[in-house]
Parts: sequence; C-alpha cells; structure tokens
Amino acid sequence: MNELATRLAGRYGARDWHDQRKDLASVAVDVIRIRDVLAWLRDEEGYRHLSFATAIDNIERNVFTLTYALRNHEARQGLLIHADVDRDDPTVDSIHLLWGQAWTYQREMKEWFGIDFPGSPRVDEEFVLEGWDGPPMMRRDFDSLAYSDATYAERPGRVTHDPAAHMRDRLFPEAAR
Amino acid sequence: MRREKQHAVPPAERATPDLDSGKYLVMWQGPQHPGITGNMSLRLVAEGDTVVDCETHVGYLHRGFEKLMERRLYMQNFPLVCRIAVPEPDFNEYCYAAALEELAGVVIPEKAVWLRTLSLEMIRLASFLMWIGGQAGAFGHGTIAQWSVTMRDYVLDLFEELTGGRIYHMYIIPGGVRGDVPAGFWKRVLATMDVVEKNLDDIELVMFHNAVFKARAEGLGYIPRDWVDQYGITGPNARAAGAGRDLRKDSGYLAYPRLSFEPLVGTESDAYGRARLRLGEMYQAIDLIRQIVDRTPANGPFREKLPNPLHWKIPAGETYVAAECTRGEYGFYVVSDGSDKPRRVAVRGPSYTHAVSVMERLVRGVNIADVAGLMVSLHTYPPEIER
Repeated sequence: MNELATRLAGRYGARDWHDQRKDLASVAVDVIRIRDVLAWLRDEEGYRHLSFATAIDNIERNVFTLTYALRNHEARQGLLIHADVDRDDPTVDSIHLLWGQAWTYQREMKEWFGIDFPGSPRVDEEFVLEGWDGPPMMRRDFDSLAYSDATYAERPGRVTHDPAAHMRDRLFPEAAR
Repeated sequence: MRREKQHAVPPAERATPDLDSGKYLVMWQGPQHPGITGNMSLRLVAEGDTVVDCETHVGYLHRGFEKLMERRLYMQNFPLVCRIAVPEPDFNEYCYAAALEELAGVVIPEKAVWLRTLSLEMIRLASFLMWIGGQAGAFGHGTIAQWSVTMRDYVLDLFEELTGGRIYHMYIIPGGVRGDVPAGFWKRVLATMDVVEKNLDDIELVMFHNAVFKARAEGLGYIPRDWVDQYGITGPNARAAGAGRDLRKDSGYLAYPRLSFEPLVGTESDAYGRARLRLGEMYQAIDLIRQIVDRTPANGPFREKLPNPLHWKIPAGETYVAAECTRGEYGFYVVSDGSDKPRRVAVRGPSYTHAVSVMERLVRGVNIADVAGLMVSLHTYPPEIER
C-alpha cells in the first residue's frame, strides 16, 4: 500500500486498495464521503482529470457500485474510486461543481441505472433513450431480450439465429465438443 | 482582420432566454449535418444570427452496445466494439483486447505489438484525413474535402489488403492480430505515405494560408488552458491549448516508447490552432508509420494461442485501458466476475466531453454560419457518446 492509500485510509476511511498496474490502482470509499474524497484528490493530490464516471449493478449485494476514474497527469497515475450505494435508495451527491462534464455522466447514470444525483443540471431529462418507458435499461434485472420480444412484433418470414448457438454449431463445431 | 477570442459564458452567468419575448428563434441543427461524423442535434436559441443558448441532443445512434456486451461471450463482442466509433474502429479493438489480455494475463508477441501500432497510426491518419475534409468543407472549401477523402481511400486500400475490411477491420484481437502482412505490403505502405504527404503539403498551402479560412477559424471556439482539467478535455483540443499530454508518451503502450516522436503542443486552442495542430499530427502519423515499417520484425508469431473462445472465462477483476485516439483519451473499463461474459463494459470516448459540455459553452455568441465549423473543429463522433 503506497502513501496515497495510507492518506486516503486515514482521512476518509478508504479501504480495499488494489494496484492493478504500475499506473492504475483502485480503492473503495463510503458513498456518503464520495464528493469530499474526489474534491480532495483533485485539489490536494493532483488527480485533476476526470476520465469518466459510471456504475456497476451488483444486484447480488443489492448495491450499485459507482466508479469514478481520475488521472494525475503529472504523476502519470490513474485511480478508480468505488462507492457502493443502496440499490433500493440510489441517491448520491452530485459532483457537477467539481468538473464541468460530470453532469452528463450523472444524467446518463440516472437514465441507465436509476441513480439520482439531486441538484445535477438536467439530470431528469432524457439522455439517449428518447421516449423510453421501460425500467432503467442497464440494471441487471432488466432482460433486454424479453423486453424486445414483448414490445416488438416478429417480422413474418424472417429467420434469426442466436449468436452463441451459431458460433457453437456452425463456426466452431469442433471446439464446442 | 483577426477576430476577438470568444470567451464562453460561465454557467453561473448563463441567462435563460425568454422565448415568449419574440426576440429569439429556436432552431435545430442536425441530426444530419456537415458538422460531425454521425447523428447529433443542437437545439440553438438565436438572437438575430447569433447563438445565445445551446443544448446538445444525442440518442440517434444508441444501439445498446454496453448492455448487449453483458449478454455475449467475450469473443462475440468484437463485432460490436469496432462499431462504437465508426471512423476509428481500431482504437476500440485495441482497448478491449488489451483489457481482456491484462485481466487474463495474456502477453502478446513482439510482432503483434508492432502491427497493432501500425494499425492504430494508419487509422489515425485515415480519420484525420476525413476530419480535414469536413473542416474545410464547413468553411466552403469543398475541393480539399475531395482531395483528403481520396487520400483516405488510399489508406483504406491498405487496410483492405491487411485486414480484408475497409471500415471495420477486427484486426486487433485478444492475443495479437488476426494476420501477418501480405507480400510487398511494406512497399505499398511507403508509396502511399509519399502520396498522402505530398497532398498534405498542397492542403497546407491552399487551406491554411487562405484568407477566408483564417478569418473564419481564428478566434472561433477558443478553449482557455484552464478549461482542460475543468472539463476533462483531451487530445488535440487540449494540446492546442498548451497541455502537452499524449497517452502514447505518458502511458507508453504498445511500441510507442520505442518510437521517436514528441507530442505537438500549441498555444491557442481556437478552430485555426486546432486545425494546425491536427495537420502536424497527420505528418507525425506518417513519420511514425515509416518508423514502424523500418522496425517491425520480419519473422516471428503474430498471435498468442488463446483458450477455446466458446469457453473462455476471464478471471474476476477490473481494469481501465486507455489509448490516445485522434480526438484524445479513448478507454475501455472492463469488469469481469470470472464468467465467460463481461460483467460491465463502459466506453470512455472523448466526444462525451467535447460534444456536450464543451460544445454547449463554446457555441454561445457564435454566428449561426460558424456553428458547423466549430463542431468540426472539436472533432467529435456521436456514436461513442451513446454506445
């Protein structure tokens, strides 16, 4: 564990530091402190570049794991910061005042996962799913195939092949055995 | 005469126009227009012929790639990833392949390292050639677009010979690349580079010294240096503003640490400065391709043997692999739960920042006739916003 990991653990109770590569590490913090942690990393530790923000639906633990990817250009280091938020009440502090592009990622997470970021500009507006009336589509319990089958009609005479079955039966019959 | 730099209005000072006042006109630009490659709309509010407010609207190209990838085997996702940024599919292939290799502990052969670098630099050149046609065309110089698209086709000829495909190559695959170079390929690469380089000389003379282009591009869409971190701006848009960041140098992936080059850095990130810098990067790509031709090993394997693709399980873990594409930081965040399908794949494209947050700020105060030129000068590809 390096010095940054120690400082993060002491100051914000960060845990699970993991060095993935020599230039990439990850760490987990409590979601309640996420804005403070990101502001501190930006202002005090040189992680001024927000590469992206996204979420993972860990439905088995009933949480969404938010991932914020920061980069320190001077030190040439990347850092993935994780924070779990309750899947039943997914509300997270907005970071749109820390980075000018962060509101777009938050708007996407609201639409795709149903995670709310109160105060984030245009967070309730449609992003890429215009006219969408289904559940947040990136949730693991949203079955896109079942939704498609239930929503759209089959075109008469059209034959479709399941890609996995096509690979197994037609492309790699030897390997499938 | 050089125009004043157009400093964007900070969000706090952004006034919402009173649309009932009769002073403003709401107009949509897009989703089909010359400003970008792909479909995206701008909802513009204009006072006279000056834009006072703008909202970017995306969604015309959403195909649910990230959701689909969670349902498919790792190897089945290759025909998907290359379609996320159509003019530059190879960066998607590289980032996805490199992420899987890192998680699975696969080391690719030396020859594959060089051939991947070749593929990325060739597509960089092809993509820039398409961009410069759009940039010139947006200011009324259609002839340059015809020249540059012809040159791009010559580069695509090389891709067709190397990979079998002109647009989607699927050449970079886990374990290495899909095939070796054909006989006589290097000679044809060098000949094509000579032709493209000569054409770039012509473009430089005709476009960059043209009074109309200079008058319209200088000062347009000025990005101050302190916006780079504030907005996550990367690539030529950031380097033109003075931020000397280039992942090819900073991260040192593939063969780049062994190639001789320095990131190009400008002093002013307006439409003209960005175009100048990209022209320099086109010459740089030609130089890098020539170095790669010189140094790629003639012999040796080009692909590491992988497990059965139908049963390939990646150990649980996560990684983020980024590369420097023509527009900046392009990355794949891949999470594996140990099964034969990815748990989560998130794609980070530079257009996400440049076409939404940055564009919405820069366009205020711009003449309607310059909006398309401004959009091209940010070099955005909407498919990578929507994935």
